[in-house]
Amino acid sequence: MSAKSPSLVMLRRNFKHIARNPTSVFNAVLMPVVVMLMFVYMLGDAFAVGQNYVDYATPGLMLLAVCYGLGSVATSVNSDMTKGVINRFKVMDVPRGAVLTGHVIASVLTNLVAIGAIVGVAFLLGFSPAAGFLGWLGVAGVVVLLGVATGWLTVALGLAAKSPETAGLASVPLVMLPFFSSAIVPAEKMGPGLRQFAEYQPFTPIIETLRGLLAGSPAAGDVIAALAWCTGIAVVGYVWARSTFKKRA
Amino acid sequence: MSTPAIEVSGLRKAFGDKVVLDGIDLDVRAGTVFSLLGPNGAGKTTTVNVLTTLARADGGTVRVAGHDLATDAKAVRAAIGVTGQFAAVDELLTGQENLQLMVDLGRVPAKDGRRVVTDLLERFDLAGSAHKAASTYSGGMRRKLDLAMTLVGNPRIIFLDEPTTGLDPRSRRTMWSIIRGLVADGVTIFLTTQYLEEADQLADRIAVLDQGRLVAEGTPDELKRRLPGTHVRLRFTTAAELDAAARVLTGSTRDDEALALRVPGDGGTKSLRALLDRLDEYAISAEGFSVHTPDLDDVFLALTGHGTEVAAK
Repeated sequence: MSAKSPSLVMLRRNFKHIARNPTSVFNAVLMPVVVMLMFVYMLGDAFAVGQNYVDYATPGLMLLAVCYGLGSVATSVNSDMTKGVINRFKVMDVPRGAVLTGHVIASVLTNLVAIGAIVGVAFLLGFSPAAGFLGWLGVAGVVVLLGVATGWLTVALGLAAKSPETAGLASVPLVMLPFFSSAIVPAEKMGPGLRQFAEYQPFTPIIETLRGLLAGSPAAGDVIAALAWCTGIAVVGYVWARSTFKKRA
Repeated sequence: MSTPAIEVSGLRKAFGDKVVLDGIDLDVRAGTVFSLLGPNGAGKTTTVNVLTTLARADGGTVRVAGHDLATDAKAVRAAIGVTGQFAAVDELLTGQENLQLMVDLGRVPAKDGRRVVTDLLERFDLAGSAHKAASTYSGGMRRKLDLAMTLVGNPRIIFLDEPTTGLDPRSRRTMWSIIRGLVADGVTIFLTTQYLEEADQLADRIAVLDQGRLVAEGTPDELKRRLPGTHVRLRFTTAAELDAAARVLTGSTRDDEALALRVPGDGGTKSLRALLDRLDEYAISAEGFSVHTPDLDDVFLALTGHGTEVAAK
């Protein structure tokens, strides 16, 4: 047997963590589904969005599903940091980023499971997207890119936080941000101030891109803005994570 | 015994404007146990962090296992094992999985992995709990698992940062005997501790660290010669009794504030009986009586003129 890739070894460790700590799965997979049922099944008929509400809300809830998984990532990265596990890896002759890469990949895979659940439930609630194969491929691409970007940002938050509790708290804005975007209702229906915030915050173009792709008519402006935001968040998150990882002992 | 395992010269480290290490020189011979002794806040952990590549030195040169720390940190990492101050085990994994993780990270050829893991579990008396999550382990078991993880790959230089702090006496003895076993295998050990007894029990050489400087270095015997020896402390209820006792017990030191008298002695029953007989002879009775063996506080008082509290954060 040849030597195993350190990132894969770390990823397997993350999988074991998830399997033994099912509450993190609950937050990542079940909570978005609960939110979806609440908004679509319970409140959906009350929203006038000019189309079937489940078709409107599903792209936003996909993004929400990505964000809900992040809290447990921040907490578990931080507990690796504060309990000395990361220091143990750092003093071994192991590629330096492997432990972080493991966390990010596990986070993205959790995101995909959560999104799979959201899309499944959406179909049960009457979701009827116009997207063809390429559209779905595009959706998958955006979702993975978003997962990688927010994953690295969350890893950086987790590394920088003083304790697992503050790490969990630091990820709350990421969980709340989708509610102040066009995820649940169109931005133009919000009050002044909030409306501008919702229009210009990064999640709105990402959601609009998903919405466009699923409807079969993505708008170039949204796609470019979404890709730029994702790349920007990914780069900031990655650089911040690597430098914190290097500095903090 | 003559090759140096760790050579440190002029090591300096500051956090902001707080100087933590102020020019440290160390020379640890291969196959020996070197103990860095000091109170909390003296800079022990910072020293270990620098020597193990976790923190960067601000000045000075360090060679570990012949490799320069500044230019060849990777080679240093491949040569050392580190057990930090807090048992760094993955709590959600079992003991066996924690060890397997170290194997998978390339410290051991995969084909030997299973045997290495089984041997370490046996050696550290953890086989019975091998398949339980590390979060269910006692403090002593965690430390043992932590050390076992460090030993995967058989490093020749091992850093132990306060390996017994917070352990009960029984677990401490177990840890000591494990450390002695490593030394018997020819491993070089760099040990930090706040317990004089621990350094005395294990170390070939001891360096005393105080506020970022080495204030003494030598063999345990050399250091102990500079310490006040074992003594008996007698407490009295009145100044008159203290005066009377001080007159008959020559060579004693009095502490008027505490109405106490410090009498040198080896703590053996023979010298104690002689002491008590002498008090009896002059019809002096002490209210309290205790035997003191020197501890870290005494070391600091003797070497620096202040106790450990001053150095504490």
